[in-house]
Amino acid sequence: MTEPLLCEISMPGRIGFRYPAPDVDPTPLPEGLVRESLPLPELYEPDVIRHFTRLSQLNYSIDTGFYPLGSCTMKYNPKVNEEAARLPGFAHAHPLQPIETVQGSLALMFELQEWLKEIGGFAGITLQPAAGAHGELTGVLIIRAYHEARMDAKRDKILIPDSAHGTNPATSAMSGMRVIELKSDSRGNVDLKALQAECDETLAGLMLTNPNTLGLFDENVEEVIRMVHEAGGLVYGDGANMNALLGIVRPGDLGIDVLHYNLHKTFSTPHGGGGPGSGPVGVAAQLVDFLPGPIVDIIEEGDASEDLPPLYGFVYPSKSIGRVKSFHGHFGMMVRAYIYMRMHGKEGIRKITDYAVLNANYLLARLRNTYHVPYDRICMHEFVVEGRWPEVPDIQALDISKRLMDYRFHPPTNYFPLIVHDALMIEPTETESLQTLDAFADALIKIAEEAHARPELLKEAPHFTPVGRLDEVKAAKELVLCCAVASVSE
Amino acid sequence: MFFPHTPAEEKAMLRAIGVGSLEDLFQAVPAAHRFPELKLPPALSEMEALAEMQELAYANDTARDLVCFLGAGAYNHYIPAAVDSILRRGEFYTAYTPYQPEISQGTLQAIFDYQSLITALTGMDVSNASHYDGATAVAEAVNMAYANFRGKRNRFVLSPALHPHYRDVVRTYSHDSSLQLVGDDLEPQSDPAALIPFINEQTALVVVQYPDFFGRIYDFSALGEAVHRAGALFAVAVNPIALGLLKPPNEFGADIVTGEGQPLGIPLSFGGPYLGIFATRKEYIRKMSGRLVGESVDNRGQRAYVLTLTAREQHIRREKATSNICTNQGLIALASAVYMSLVGKAGLRQVSELCYQKAHYAARQIGRLPGYKLWSQVPFFHEFVVQCPAPVDEINEHLLDHGILGGYDLGKDYPALPDHMMIAVTEMNSKEDIDLLVDMLAEVSND
Repeated sequence: MTEPLLCEISMPGRIGFRYPAPDVDPTPLPEGLVRESLPLPELYEPDVIRHFTRLSQLNYSIDTGFYPLGSCTMKYNPKVNEEAARLPGFAHAHPLQPIETVQGSLALMFELQEWLKEIGGFAGITLQPAAGAHGELTGVLIIRAYHEARMDAKRDKILIPDSAHGTNPATSAMSGMRVIELKSDSRGNVDLKALQAECDETLAGLMLTNPNTLGLFDENVEEVIRMVHEAGGLVYGDGANMNALLGIVRPGDLGIDVLHYNLHKTFSTPHGGGGPGSGPVGVAAQLVDFLPGPIVDIIEEGDASEDLPPLYGFVYPSKSIGRVKSFHGHFGMMVRAYIYMRMHGKEGIRKITDYAVLNANYLLARLRNTYHVPYDRICMHEFVVEGRWPEVPDIQALDISKRLMDYRFHPPTNYFPLIVHDALMIEPTETESLQTLDAFADALIKIAEEAHARPELLKEAPHFTPVGRLDEVKAAKELVLCCAVASVSE
Repeated sequence: MFFPHTPAEEKAMLRAIGVGSLEDLFQAVPAAHRFPELKLPPALSEMEALAEMQELAYANDTARDLVCFLGAGAYNHYIPAAVDSILRRGEFYTAYTPYQPEISQGTLQAIFDYQSLITALTGMDVSNASHYDGATAVAEAVNMAYANFRGKRNRFVLSPALHPHYRDVVRTYSHDSSLQLVGDDLEPQSDPAALIPFINEQTALVVVQYPDFFGRIYDFSALGEAVHRAGALFAVAVNPIALGLLKPPNEFGADIVTGEGQPLGIPLSFGGPYLGIFATRKEYIRKMSGRLVGESVDNRGQRAYVLTLTAREQHIRREKATSNICTNQGLIALASAVYMSLVGKAGLRQVSELCYQKAHYAARQIGRLPGYKLWSQVPFFHEFVVQCPAPVDEINEHLLDHGILGGYDLGKDYPALPDHMMIAVTEMNSKEDIDLLVDMLAEVSND
């Protein structure tokens, strides 16, 4: 059932790939600097293709089924995205080429910057950050630099609601900030009293996820932002949940000062089994000068009457926090997001959110009578239920998740947000049909029955997956982290 | 299309929810800002959108349209067809981070393969599942060393021959003014011994590059010993293709090996996504950031893989995590694993030697041209610096007119090196390509 490791199928002397013979006069190799052995595997092409193809078949993916992982926005990834990113003109452009030779790439980045500014209501944007957490780091460093530039460096406190993503506190700490956790109130909003108590002269900012990880739009969002601004702080928006806001409200219009997008969530670039992502950061006018450089801009205006396009190039913001990454960011992800946005256009962008929210509320309506919903009101693109029943105390959210695999569904996010017991966080996305949503709801309802009638079915689940539940303690204790090719005498 | 609902289904769903219209779902959003008019272009069909993309792509002249001698941290290599054929499998590229091991063994075992290949290549004990790129991997090494000494050592020695972007990123990440970053204002020509006087008992980490930014290869044994005498850690940023030929950095005492993994089968793609390699010694595993896959067994007695030591990570430790990294470069790490396993032991040595041989041929020919002078006599790998008889951008313009993407203008990053061009040569450059470059450079020197 399980697939051997590369090091186990390696055969000494087997050749996988041949390069052309050298066509220049030889030069002696550098003395004393040449390695004696290179313990890489020895395979041929069919070995490699079969190994990785068989591995791929052990994965669940969006292409194989429904993936309602909360806060991860596992929407369908259009195939044309992949075609576009592989166009030779994009795939083989070197990042340091003279700008005159890469006007196509630069025009694409410029347009993408403009669209992301428009969708979020921001004055400036950087495409450099590599992922959501990297965008957060960029954003918090910008907030820090802003306060320092105003000679107000004592502001070192970042407020983070208890419903926030784990990356938020880690990011703030990494940026040298103090983290204070804020409670949520009984409706899942930021607790205004708790916020007021922290609004002082050390407040650097608030990291707000809105809608929050309960999938709820904060009903006091304008008041929250006003309070932070009045205290001299800035508001960071965690854009992981932007799929709930496209064409519905622009975070910048609400007063959010900084926000990162996840192109790999909202704009359909694939998750790749854990990256690469892309985390552009949009900022309000007073922060534009602090953005990481370089940024794409028009450096010579075109002339429409003479059919002369503008010349795109790079500029460096005057008070930039510096680079956060080599070169210009994950260009390949920008291409995918660009064509996705181009195919949706003005009307389609709003429909993304309309249907994402419709799907979430429909599923919520179907599950409400079977699973307890701790904060029960109209949700945005996701919602949280409790994966437990008082009458079957042994059953936990994890057991429900594992049993879902037997019904060929990917489980929701488990145990997050932390403020809900046995949380199951469900985000269906807009690309799922009514039939898929019904099948998933039916499975969850059936599992609830099983939990009461035959709890062992859940406890021992999954039954029909390539492997069963893993011994995670053994993995952490014995720490086998690589496999070496058996050494053969050279 | 990507939206499934028919009008009848939409109506039925709204009824089930108990609202009259889609607009009713957004009552919690402040009315004054609800439903803004977005200034975005109208929708295109897939045919039209792809045609527009083709037009944009066509407006670029790339490393495949031109003869490429540009490197400086991103290299034009051949990518075997097998690599992309695996990357195109939806089971890999449309999966999320493997948090549910029972249905993610493909991704998990592929990462385990990647970790195994990187440890074999670098000679280190353990590799993580990747960082974003070569630059952020160095920044994470700085964070790790700082944490390793619990903040009691605050001096970081960076070689002036460490990629300028890597140094920039380290500066951005080291917002804390109590961190001292020293060494990188030395003359670019300095050798590794020049870093030794910067090392003291306050030093947490010394970072060098191998081959260095200028392509030079040094034996860092003496420097490594000096670093360890001071009780500090030693980090080496590598080009993984060079390790097909050169001694692995563990042989001169590296505690951390980082690297830009792009040369391992990753397209240039105008700068990303690339791959941040990060490997270290056993004793630092728990200080290392980033995901790790470990071997275990399942409840049916089968060998299986799972994310391990997650207590270091942000979703568990929150503000006490080793880093905030979450999404990394999963699919790119997979690409490099397919590349390394296919070219394998023999192929990686072969491609590495091809780069070395062709670059040395090019350097010999250019070194003979009047007006051009090789900047350094130190051994080099596949990139070298030439002092030119004219400004580099002028020469590059001439080269471009003849279909050549010329080398990197070092004066942009090193004011002490005006008119210095850095030329990279890979297996993609034939002898004819190199001879054409030499002829075109000769035309400039004769002006």
